Amino acid sequence: MAKLTLTPNIAGADDFYAELIDAHEGLSKEQSDALNARLILTLANHVGDREVLSEALRTAKASTKA
Amino acid sequence: MNKIFEVPLYPYERSPDQDALEPVRHPVVVVGAGPIGLGVAIDLAQGAVPVVVLDDNDKVSFGSRAICFAKRPLEILDRLGCGERMVEKGVEWDLGKVFFDERQIYEFNLLPEKGHRRPAFINLQQYYFEEYLIDRVRELQAEGAPIQLRGGNKVGAIGNHSDHVHIEIDTPDGPYELQADWLIACDGAGSPIRRMMGLEFVGQVFEDNFLIADVIMEADFPTERWFWFDPPFNRGQSALLHKQPDNVWRIDFQIGWDIDREEELKPENIDKRLKAMLGDDIKYELEWSSIYTFQCRRMEKFHEGRVIFAGDAAHQVSPFGARGANSGLQDTDNLAWKLKLILDGKAPESLLASYDAERIYGADENILNSTRSTDFITPKSETSRVFRDAVLDLAEHHSFARPFVNSGRLSVPCTYDGSPLNTPDALDGPPRSRPGSPCPDAPLGDGFLLDKLGDKFILMTIDAEAPESIEEDGVEVARLALSASDDATGGLAARYLGGAQSAVYLIRPDQHVAARFPEFDEAQVRFAVRRATGKE
Repeated sequence: MAKLTLTPNIAGADDFYAELIDAHEGLSKEQSDALNARLILTLANHVGDREVLSEALRTAKASTKA
Repeated sequence: MNKIFEVPLYPYERSPDQDALEPVRHPVVVVGAGPIGLGVAIDLAQGAVPVVVLDDNDKVSFGSRAICFAKRPLEILDRLGCGERMVEKGVEWDLGKVFFDERQIYEFNLLPEKGHRRPAFINLQQYYFEEYLIDRVRELQAEGAPIQLRGGNKVGAIGNHSDHVHIEIDTPDGPYELQADWLIACDGAGSPIRRMMGLEFVGQVFEDNFLIADVIMEADFPTERWFWFDPPFNRGQSALLHKQPDNVWRIDFQIGWDIDREEELKPENIDKRLKAMLGDDIKYELEWSSIYTFQCRRMEKFHEGRVIFAGDAAHQVSPFGARGANSGLQDTDNLAWKLKLILDGKAPESLLASYDAERIYGADENILNSTRSTDFITPKSETSRVFRDAVLDLAEHHSFARPFVNSGRLSVPCTYDGSPLNTPDALDGPPRSRPGSPCPDAPLGDGFLLDKLGDKFILMTIDAEAPESIEEDGVEVARLALSASDDATGGLAARYLGGAQSAVYLIRPDQHVAARFPEFDEAQVRFAVRRATGKE
């Protein structure tokens, strides 16, 4: 059974989104990509659960464009 | 065909004031007969405060302009005696659809809570909105209310003195002068009054243009709000389709920063855009078109001496979320009762400081929300666009991403948390009706609660005892005695009692909660009245 949460789970979605975008303010493309990579690894460690992480990877990958 | 916005509804007429030897003094002069100026004038006149409205024009808004009116302003209009007509004419809508590229990615329903007199939103052309307000002015005049509307009166200069404002006015018959105890500037984002006073209006400029095309067409699109991100017919940009009364459709194309305005506004070029969007065989009549840019900014203070600013003159937002005219009416709702108390000598002039505190709080909330919507619709950096597109891709399949999609956070009234007029909450009641909140409506017998509130201070008791009226330092408070059983649907209890058995609410003339208690305590209520009128 799926364990990955795919329903809204962040209180104050607009606040979070603004904070995320603001974190990239003034960075070059390379710096932004690096920040995203660090962020993903940090969040992945917080999640911890290997099954959930694999499912998250599959979910994100499903939207990849040709 | 004669469009209402081409008919002079308040043509210039010579006023006896122009023949007076000395400038005639009026308690309140309003500059600008748009939705905000007319709104505040009606509010004051209903409260028996004599008011003169000056406008250099004599017609309603040219073109539809503001088209989306939210629930709270409709409730304010009910208090001003013209909500019903707006709602009857307006188009109600609940459903919105969001498209990305060639696909519909999801739809949302505003799902308005039941037990409110007014819907979440109506769409109505600004020219009808203003026409109905002018009709209301005429109605009040027929009843003998002290309200004058002077077209063809252009303010050329003002002098802001310690106890009055001196006003120089140009008319087709030449200049004349007036004095006002108070001047309310509702003269729009480009406010000439603000410029004459040299007051700053700073904020964020957005490098983007939007083309509005209002078209009349027989279309079988449903009454919904459709928003496109990056559609095939407007690549890399956004578009919006929204219905207004009389089969007028608002179509809004984002067109970018580097454009040739004249070229874009040519009917043949608008035609190309419309056909790309709606198909080659579309039949329509172009009612109005315009290109707009926008800024998010506000004045540092909303009043300076005896001059008070309201609406776009005081604050400007992007159109996403319909927070312009809607918030302007909330300014006037906030201002009118305070000014009346001051003019009647029942509150100190310092009460006006709370107009600044509360409405700047509201303006900042509106600026924050509309700036975020703008940033989502027009990402400012490549990374921001990558995230935006990721949100849209995920939103098609997963509900978690939908709260991030931001094509406008629709106008809701703000709660004046931290207002100097609030008395600390003493009731274990629902958060939504805490001090500072706009009163949520609720069914009451054959009618609704909000129709029983407003224009004066009310002590609303729910299953609690209290005197029928009290007077504190000239301010009258009338009791509205209710019981939770007055509303069989349970709305009243859920919105005002929560877990409490009884409640006593002190409600301001603008239908915001000033204080609430589990039961009546005379000393506490008197303190709350003093505090709500700027005396504590």
